[in-house]
Amino acid sequence: MIAWDLATARVLWKRDLVRFFRQPSRLAGALGQPVLFWLIIGSGMAATFRMPGTGVGYLQFFYPGVVLMVVLFAAIFTTVSVIEDRHQGFLQMVLAGPGSRGALVAGKSLGSATVALSQAALFLLLLPLAGFAPGAVNWPLLAAALFLSALGLAAVGFAVAWAVDNVQGYHAIQMTLLVPAWVISGAMFPPSPEHPAFAALMRWNPVAYGVSAARRALSGPAAPGALPGSAAHDLLVLALFAAGALLLAAAAARRRA
Amino acid sequence: MAAALPALALVPPPSAPPALAARDLTFRFGDREVLAGLSFEVMPGEIFGFLGPNGAGKSTLFSILAGLLPPASGALLAGGAPVAARDPALRARTGVVFQSPSLDPKLSCRENLLLAASLFRVPRAEARERVERLLAGAGLADRAREPAGRLSGGLKRRLELARALVHRPALLILDEPTNGLDAGAFARTWATVEALRRDEGLTVLLTTHRPEEAERCDRLAVLARGRVAACATPEALRARVAGDVLEVEADDPEALAVQVRARLGLPVRVLPRGIAVERERGHELVPRLVEAFPPGRLRSVAVRRPTLADAFLDLTGESLAVEEGG
Repeated sequence: MIAWDLATARVLWKRDLVRFFRQPSRLAGALGQPVLFWLIIGSGMAATFRMPGTGVGYLQFFYPGVVLMVVLFAAIFTTVSVIEDRHQGFLQMVLAGPGSRGALVAGKSLGSATVALSQAALFLLLLPLAGFAPGAVNWPLLAAALFLSALGLAAVGFAVAWAVDNVQGYHAIQMTLLVPAWVISGAMFPPSPEHPAFAALMRWNPVAYGVSAARRALSGPAAPGALPGSAAHDLLVLALFAAGALLLAAAAARRRA
Repeated sequence: MAAALPALALVPPPSAPPALAARDLTFRFGDREVLAGLSFEVMPGEIFGFLGPNGAGKSTLFSILAGLLPPASGALLAGGAPVAARDPALRARTGVVFQSPSLDPKLSCRENLLLAASLFRVPRAEARERVERLLAGAGLADRAREPAGRLSGGLKRRLELARALVHRPALLILDEPTNGLDAGAFARTWATVEALRRDEGLTVLLTTHRPEEAERCDRLAVLARGRVAACATPEALRARVAGDVLEVEADDPEALAVQVRARLGLPVRVLPRGIAVERERGHELVPRLVEAFPPGRLRSVAVRRPTLADAFLDLTGESLAVEEGG
């Protein structure tokens, strides 16, 4: 039983990776767009914004936020393939096989998450440019934070894709749902004591915990802009988010192929 | 019309349980009853067809047999034992061919087959060998590295069939396998299916609305309104139509039907461009029919042996020939 599910999940995971690395345009877009975003927005803000009480420049402050943006957009754009796969009948073929629908959800979500991680890894090549020393980075924490964020976001994408079943609707919902989630995640601005509502929103925003954990991985436990609490707490919330999103996606996938 | 091939001495011993059977399957879409207590038994090594027009419940039945849809009630039995439609062991022994190809268009032909082999956990070395053999058998060996999306419609169907066989299934389920294919592709598909049954003892279930395809099956379940209206060999079903079919081509078929009923006292069916009369010794009716009307009223009169389409109409009161789609 479990062996069939593992085989199914593995096949779908591998397929998403093969398709990603076969398309040079996607690789280029994965690196080009966030770099431009980081440099243009980052330089624009750098003149006016200083992290209170630290000497951290805005480009450095903004960098972990852009890493999460890479993960977020990669998860959105990779998971949209669920709709195409369903319309082309490919997923019907998988569902007619011995693996379960849960395995399908797991395979597609893990595939999208891995593609998102690959894109994030490319962007992380620029760490030294942002003023971080690769040797000082807490890599396991960074990998865990990005993986859990990517998995949760991909699973949300799967649920939306399965429910909406058309590409325009999917992008409309994801942009409305996830771009604001990123903007209020502390990726661009830290929560300020003068805006308690903003801070309260952040506490319910899973992306904020991804940004926070990435900040701690790059700049230590007391990183500027990180949420109150610890890295373990950030990861716990992200793990709960990923688990909840996977359950949501599995529930969505029970609907007819 | 090609005569049905004789069943090749594949009648199983009477004690063998059906390879697949269904008891009282039901399914509803909202208010519409799609399957209304559907039952059948398919013996091992049999080519078994579900014949019916679109809307008879074929697609829903196919989805249930393919494990995509759970029936609302009823049971499936494999080898005599009750089994869930999604049972992994049943799925692992079943190959499914969809009507519209379900290939990954971005992966190569070979990758599509290897992917299916992994899905069914075929050991790697065996999978490689099997995939090459299937590619060669499908005439796709020289295009193995091309993306599946670049193949023509007919070749995609061939690849789809090859993919359904990659794990050596005992049961093959096909949805309208030759719908939209030309005569050459039709013959090729059926040669493949018949060879599989002969060489590997495969049990084959298929849905179809084409009489010429139904003729190739060992036995047919005639589907109407979500039930099996009759289940027999194609010959036995055709034999239910008395005698011959006379088809008369003429303008204003409704009026002609009324006149034929009145003047000759015969049961008449109205066709889009004429009428049809079922009658034993149909040739004797031809002169009577022609003489009963002024010259030019009838454009043509033809006598032919009944087909499965006639049998279907007799059994269900419905026509097989409805528009495509749905």
